[in-house]
Amino acid sequence: MSAALRPLLRRRETLLVVLLALFVALGSALSPYFFDAQNFSDLADDLMEKAIMALPLALIIIAGEIDLSVESMLGLSSALLGLSFGLGLPLWAGIPLVLLVGALGGLLNGLLVTWARLPSLVVTLGTLALYRGLAYVVLGPRAVSHWPAAFNAFGFGDVPGTLVPWPLLVFAALAIVFAFVLHRTWIGRQLYATGKSQEAARFAGVRVARLKTMLFVLSGVLAALAGVILTARLASARADNGQGFVLDVVTAVLLGGVNIFGGEGTIAGVVLAVFVIGVLRNALTLADVAPDAQSTAVGALLIVSVAGPNVVGRIRAAWRNREVWT
Amino acid sequence: MSGNGARGIALAAAAVLLAACGGSGGGGGSSSGGGVNVAFLPKQVNNPYFDTAASGGQEAAKELGGQFKQVGPSEASGSAQVPYIQTLTQQHVGAIVVSADDPDAIAPALKQAMQKGIKVVGYDSSPATDARNVFVNQADSKDIGEIQVKMICEEIPGCAGEVGIVSATSTATNQNAWIDFMQKAIQSNSQYANLKLVKTVYGNDDPQTSVTVTQGLLQSYPNLKGIISPTSVGIVAAAQVLEQTGRAGKVALTGLGTPNSMKQYVKDGTAREFALWNVKDLGYLSYYVAALMAQGKLGGKQGDKFTAGRLGSYTIGQGGVVLLGPPFVFKADNIDQFNF
Amino acid sequence: MTGAPARALAVAARLRELGILVALGLVVLAVTLLSPSFLHLDNLGQVLLSVSLVAIAAAGQTIVVLTRNVDLSVGSMVGLVAFVTGDLLKQHALGVPEAVLAGCVLGLGLGAVNGAIVTIGRVPAIVATLGTLNVYRGLDFFVAGGKEVSAYDLPRAYLGIATSAVAGIPVLIVAAAVIAAAVAFVLRSTRPGRALYAIGSNPAAADAVGIPSQRLVFAAFAASGLLCGVAGVLWGSRFGTVNAFAASGLELEVIAAVVVGGVNIFGGSGTVFGAMLGALLLGTIDNALTLLRLSQFWLQAIDGVVILLAVGADATIRGSLQRALRARSGRR
Repeated sequence: MSAALRPLLRRRETLLVVLLALFVALGSALSPYFFDAQNFSDLADDLMEKAIMALPLALIIIAGEIDLSVESMLGLSSALLGLSFGLGLPLWAGIPLVLLVGALGGLLNGLLVTWARLPSLVVTLGTLALYRGLAYVVLGPRAVSHWPAAFNAFGFGDVPGTLVPWPLLVFAALAIVFAFVLHRTWIGRQLYATGKSQEAARFAGVRVARLKTMLFVLSGVLAALAGVILTARLASARADNGQGFVLDVVTAVLLGGVNIFGGEGTIAGVVLAVFVIGVLRNALTLADVAPDAQSTAVGALLIVSVAGPNVVGRIRAAWRNREVWT
Repeated sequence: MSGNGARGIALAAAAVLLAACGGSGGGGGSSSGGGVNVAFLPKQVNNPYFDTAASGGQEAAKELGGQFKQVGPSEASGSAQVPYIQTLTQQHVGAIVVSADDPDAIAPALKQAMQKGIKVVGYDSSPATDARNVFVNQADSKDIGEIQVKMICEEIPGCAGEVGIVSATSTATNQNAWIDFMQKAIQSNSQYANLKLVKTVYGNDDPQTSVTVTQGLLQSYPNLKGIISPTSVGIVAAAQVLEQTGRAGKVALTGLGTPNSMKQYVKDGTAREFALWNVKDLGYLSYYVAALMAQGKLGGKQGDKFTAGRLGSYTIGQGGVVLLGPPFVFKADNIDQFNF
Repeated sequence: MTGAPARALAVAARLRELGILVALGLVVLAVTLLSPSFLHLDNLGQVLLSVSLVAIAAAGQTIVVLTRNVDLSVGSMVGLVAFVTGDLLKQHALGVPEAVLAGCVLGLGLGAVNGAIVTIGRVPAIVATLGTLNVYRGLDFFVAGGKEVSAYDLPRAYLGIATSAVAGIPVLIVAAAVIAAAVAFVLRSTRPGRALYAIGSNPAAADAVGIPSQRLVFAAFAASGLLCGVAGVLWGSRFGTVNAFAASGLELEVIAAVVVGGVNIFGGSGTVFGAMLGALLLGTIDNALTLLRLSQFWLQAIDGVVILLAVGADATIRGSLQRALRARSGRR
C-alpha cells in the first residue's frame, strides 16, 4: 500500500490539499463567521477574476514564457467597457468588443515575443505599463456606474436557489477545458515539450511561434473577461480596476507547482493554489488582519513552498554523505 | 519528498500564524463590553485626519457603552474598500460608518449590508445616495468650496491670477463636490472675476504622489499665483514643495488641513490660513447617528430629531444629510489652541 | 572573455549608450522648443532629484541583473527602510547619523535575506523576490501599525540631507553620481565585478572556471539591498511624510530604467552608466510630458512604449552584432 501511496504523497497537489484543510481549520479557529456557506460563496466570488487569469498564465509559464500584463489588460477592458457603455453601446456588443481588444493586446505580446524575439519578462513589463496607461487615457479618472441589474447580478450574485456565484461557474467550465487540453491532448504535450526545450520541440515539429502566440492571445482574452466580471462585481468601471492583481495570480501559479523555468505543472495544482490563497486571505480578513499583512503570509508561503523542499533535500543529502564517511 | 512536504507545511503554518499574530494589531482595537457594534471604514487608515475622527468615535462609544473598531485600506482607492465591507457584513456589525473614495464602487456591497439589516452611515465623503441611510456632512459643501476661494482671494495680491488645485483621488465625492462649488463661486461672483482655475491635479491622498503632482503643477504653470488643496495630505505636500523650491510666499497656499501638520507652515507664512472643522466632533457625531440607528432609536428620515451627547440636538435634513456645523478658519493667532 | 567578441560587445555597449544619449538629446530638444522653462535650473533640479532616487536603486538592480537574476523587492525595501528610519527619528530612539546608518544596515540585511533565499534555498530570483516583495511590504505595514511618519515629526537635520547643497548641487544628486561611479568601478575593474558578467553570460562555464558563483550572487543581492537602504534613507529625507505604502511600484520604474539602459535581462552584459542614462531618459520624458501639460494619465502608456522600443532596439543591435560576428568568424 505504501508503495502506491508514496508517489501520491510527494505531489504538490497533496501538499496543497493539506494546506487548504489547514487554512480552513485556521479560519474556523480565528473567527466564528468563517465556516459559513455565505462566507465561502463571497470568498469564491472575490477570487474568480484572479483565478480566471491564472489558467492561461499557467500554460504560458509551462511553455517557458511569462505574462505580467494581465492585470493591466483587465483594467483596460474595464475602462473600454465603461466608455462604450457610457456612450450608449449595449452590453451585448460592448463585451465582445472588449474581448476582441483583449485578443489584440495578447497578440501584440505574442508577436513581440515570437516574431521580434524579445524576452517575455520585459515585453510584458512594458505592456503592463502600456495597457494600464491606455486604460487611463480611455476613461481618465472617472468611474462608470449604473449598469443593468442583470449585469450586476452576474458579477455579484449567485445562481438562483444556490450559493454558487456565476463567475465560479465560468471559472469551473474554463478550468475543466484547460485541464483537458493540457493533460489529455497533443497541444498540451507540445506545451510541456516547448517548456522543457524550445529547440528540441522545434526540431520535433512543434510550431513554437504559433503556439506561444496563441497562448498570449488566450491570456489577453481571459484577462479581458476577468475585467468584465470585475466591472460587474464592483458595478463600477474604473481604469485602476485590477491594480495589484498580478502578484496574487503569479503566486497562485507558482504555488500550484508550475515550474518558473517551464515544462512542469498541472491545472489541478493551480486551481488548488488559487483557493489556498483565497481561503488564507479570507480567514485573515475575518480576523481583522489587513491585506498588506496578509500579503506577508502569501509571500512567505510562496517562498517556503519552493525553498522548503530544496533546503530539506540538501540537509538530507548532507546527512546521507555524513553517514557514508563515518 | 513527503518529508519535505511536511516540513513545508509546518513552515508555512508558522509563517501564517506569525502574520496573523502580527497583523491583527494594525486593525484598531475595539472597546470592551457589549452594546451596539459600530465599525468605521475611512478612505484609508494611515491618515491623521481619519485617526482624529476615530478618536471622536471612540469617545462616543465609551459614553454609549458600545463597541468601536476602525478598519480600512492603506491606500485610498475605490475598489479597496469593498472587501472590508463584505467582511463587516459577514461579522454582522450593527452599523458601518464609511467615507467613500468612490461612491459607486462600494454601492453594491453597502446595499447588501443594508439588506442584512446593517445600518450604513456616510461621513466625510458620501457613498451613493441609495447605498447609505444617512450622511453626516462636516459642513455644507457649498460653504466648504466657497470659503477656500475666499481665502485664496485674500492671500493673492490683487485677487488676480492663475490658481491650481491639488486634490485627493479623482473620484472622491467630497473633493469633487467642493471643487464644483469653487468653480461656480468663481464664475458667479464678480469679486473673483480675475481669478482663473487652470488645472486640478490628483495626489491620491498619497504623500509622495501629492509632492510629485504639485511639482508638476508648478513647473507647467510658471505664473501660478495660488494653490488650493482641499485635502489634508495634499496641502502639507504642497507646503513642502513650495518651501523646497523657494516659492513659499510667492505662490499662495490654502485649503483644508489639520492644525498639527500645518502649524509650522502657518507660522512661517507659507499658508497663512486654511480651513477645516472639528474632525473629532465629526467622528463623535457619526458614531452617535450610527449607534442610535442600529439600536432602532433613530429612523433616518428627513425631519427626524436626535441628541448627540455633548454636541446637542440635530435634525436630519434633506436627502438624509446631517450637518455638523460651519467650517472653521485656522490662522497663526488661533492655531496653537488645537491639538489634532 | 577576450578578443573579437569582447571588443564587439564593448562597441555594442558604447553604441547602446550613445543611442540613449541621442534619444535623450532629441527629447530635450523637442521639449525645450515647445516649453523653454524645461531648461530652467530649478526644473532641471527637480528632474534630477526624482531621477536620483530611482538611479541609486537602479545601480543595485544592475548588479543583480548582470548575474541573470532580478530583484522585484526593491520598492518594498526602500519603503520599509524609509519608514523605519523616520520612525526611529520620530520616537527619538536614535540621532540622525545613527538612524541613517541603521537604515542602510537594514537594507543590507533585507538584501542578504534575498540572497540567501536565492542561493541557499535555490529559489529562482523572480519567485524569491516576488515573495519578499510581499513579505517586506507586510513587515512595513506591521511596523507602521496604521500610522504614518509626518514631516513635522522629523528633525530638520534629517529632512535637509537630501536637498542641502554641496557646491550648489543637492546631496541626493551627488550621492547618486558617486554611487554610480563606485559601482561602475567595481563592475569594470575588480575581479569579483567582472566575474558577475561571467556568471550572467554562462553560469556553467563560470562554475567550471572556479568562480564562486553562489557567494557572488549572494553579494549581488546584498549590494542591491544596501543601495536600496541608502535610497530609502534619502527617500524619507526628501519626502518627509512616509506611510506604509511608500515606494510601492518602484521596482517597475527601476527595472524599466535598467532595461532601457541596455542591461540585458538575461545577464552578462550592460553597464551602470547605461542604467543611469535609462533612469534619466525615463525621468526626462515624464517631466517633459508634465511641462507640455499632457494629462498625467498619458505618462504610464508612454513609459510602456519606451520600454518596448528600448528592448526592441536592443534585440536589433544584438541581432546585427551576432550576424556580424558570425560572418567574421566564417561560421555558417
